[in-house]
Amino acid sequence: MSEVEKRHVVTLEINGVRRNAEVEPRKLLVHLIREDFGLTGTHVGCDTSQCGACTVELDGQAIKSCTVLAVMADGASITTIEGVSPVASRLDAVQTAFHEHHALQCGFCTPGMVMSVRQLLRDHPDANEDDIRHGIAGNICRCTGYHNIVRAVESLVAKD
Amino acid sequence: MIPSAFGYVRASSLANAIDLLRQDPEGTRLVAGGHTLIPTLKLRLASPALLVDIRGIADMRGISIDDKAIRIGALTTHAELLASQQLNDVFPIFRQTATRIADPQVRNRGTIGGSIANADPAADWPAVVIALNAELEIVGPTGSRRVPAKDFFVDIFTTVLEPAEVLAAIHLRRPTLGARFIYRKIRHPASGYAVVGVAVGLRMEDGLVAEMSIGVTGAASHAFSGDAATRFLMAKPLSHESIEEAAKLVSEATECLSDRYASAEYRASLVRTETKRALLSLAA
Ligand SMILES: Cc1cc2nc3c(=O)[nH]c(=O)nc-3n(C[C@H](O)[C@H](O)[C@H](O)COP(=O)(O)OP(=O)(O)OC[C@H]3O[C@@H](n4cnc5c(N)ncnc54)[C@H](O)[C@@H]3O)c2cc1C
Ligand code: FES
Ligand code: FES
Repeated sequence: MSEVEKRHVVTLEINGVRRNAEVEPRKLLVHLIREDFGLTGTHVGCDTSQCGACTVELDGQAIKSCTVLAVMADGASITTIEGVSPVASRLDAVQTAFHEHHALQCGFCTPGMVMSVRQLLRDHPDANEDDIRHGIAGNICRCTGYHNIVRAVESLVAKD
Repeated sequence: MIPSAFGYVRASSLANAIDLLRQDPEGTRLVAGGHTLIPTLKLRLASPALLVDIRGIADMRGISIDDKAIRIGALTTHAELLASQQLNDVFPIFRQTATRIADPQVRNRGTIGGSIANADPAADWPAVVIALNAELEIVGPTGSRRVPAKDFFVDIFTTVLEPAEVLAAIHLRRPTLGARFIYRKIRHPASGYAVVGVAVGLRMEDGLVAEMSIGVTGAASHAFSGDAATRFLMAKPLSHESIEEAAKLVSEATECLSDRYASAEYRASLVRTETKRALLSLAA
């Protein structure tokens, strides 16, 4: 079999569960997450790696899963929006802040936005407005105008 | 969108990567952070037969610093360059530049080696490595060589890298005491890339310019070094007039790019203004 036809087995941990999949090299990580694992909270909003709707955590870092090949994530540990809350039926702190501050309208950008905010709060636990706007620069929201997202994040900083 | 089909292998070493490149230089592409290549594959602007993932090559990772020199592995990500306190204690320009590249997610994956090897005319690191007088360590079938950064960039997306060569690392000498560096960038509001970026290094001694370097990106088909301006200012005091003249020399050094966003004339004017501002802030 030629290299092009060869399928690869990837093993990764997703939201704490170990999973295997057999993939073509060209399969994007976001498609593995959505189509093979059925976790459709991770969205696809563009073809140019700009919108951030596909943001997940790979080994603890926020990344755009549309710009990583599934084969490149072999051995990684991944958290998606479905895995952020320790209790699946409840919202986590970031999601709760978004809810309370009306930081979403259509909600399309929200899963990616929440994943970026988690990274932002790890990097800047005492983030100011500048840090917050800089931290969500890789996520496009077409509805909110960002103000309420910034307020939601500010509320999380103020709590500490 | 979905890329056309390709094969995928992980290179086990630099020698292995070079060997794979040599077998089919046309059909093989290295992948590092993938943040230029994968978007290109998705848009089907490229359709290589084989991707060689180089992220596992230990020789190309990490930042090492000793009393004289610094080695930055080509696989170092923008985020790692931003976060390294040791590196930024010596050269704060790394954090200053990295924070202005793309967004946090892209910085977590994209590498400095990929940015330099790709030679996008609007990429940021090319200007900075030129201004730092970096030497680029290139490894290929016949061994390794070092090329000064200012001679590395040849044309749009074109460098001195031969088909089976890999950029392994970036080498820097520690700066002389008193040398300072700055990177100024005019960001394209949509893409985030540089419409124009100017990196300047300066050291004054007894009120005269003792060392200077300028790297420019975004303006022309490839990043370039403002040598004429450096020659002009050397051993002179910095005055408004001399700075003005040096900035003009940089802006006239090459033919500027023109596109829908910025005309050649506008880019030349940005180069002049940003060089002037960089020199003024370093002189202050
Ligand atoms: C949304 C977005 C915004 C961006 N904004 C900016 C910006 O503001 N400024 C900026 O400078 N860049 C920007 N980039 C580009 C980003 O910095 C890329 O990560 C970087 O330019 C390429 O590095 P990479 O490791 O991802 O390379 P890859 O995509 O893996 O590779 C790029 C090319 O270089 C080759 N290559 C990679 N490594 C090597 C090596 N060591 N030796 C030889 N060849 C090699 C590959 O074969 C390929 O042809 C942006 C990218 C995205 C997606
Ligand atoms: S889908 Fe838009 S950045 Fe990934
Ligand atoms: S809430 Fe609609 S895109 Fe952000």
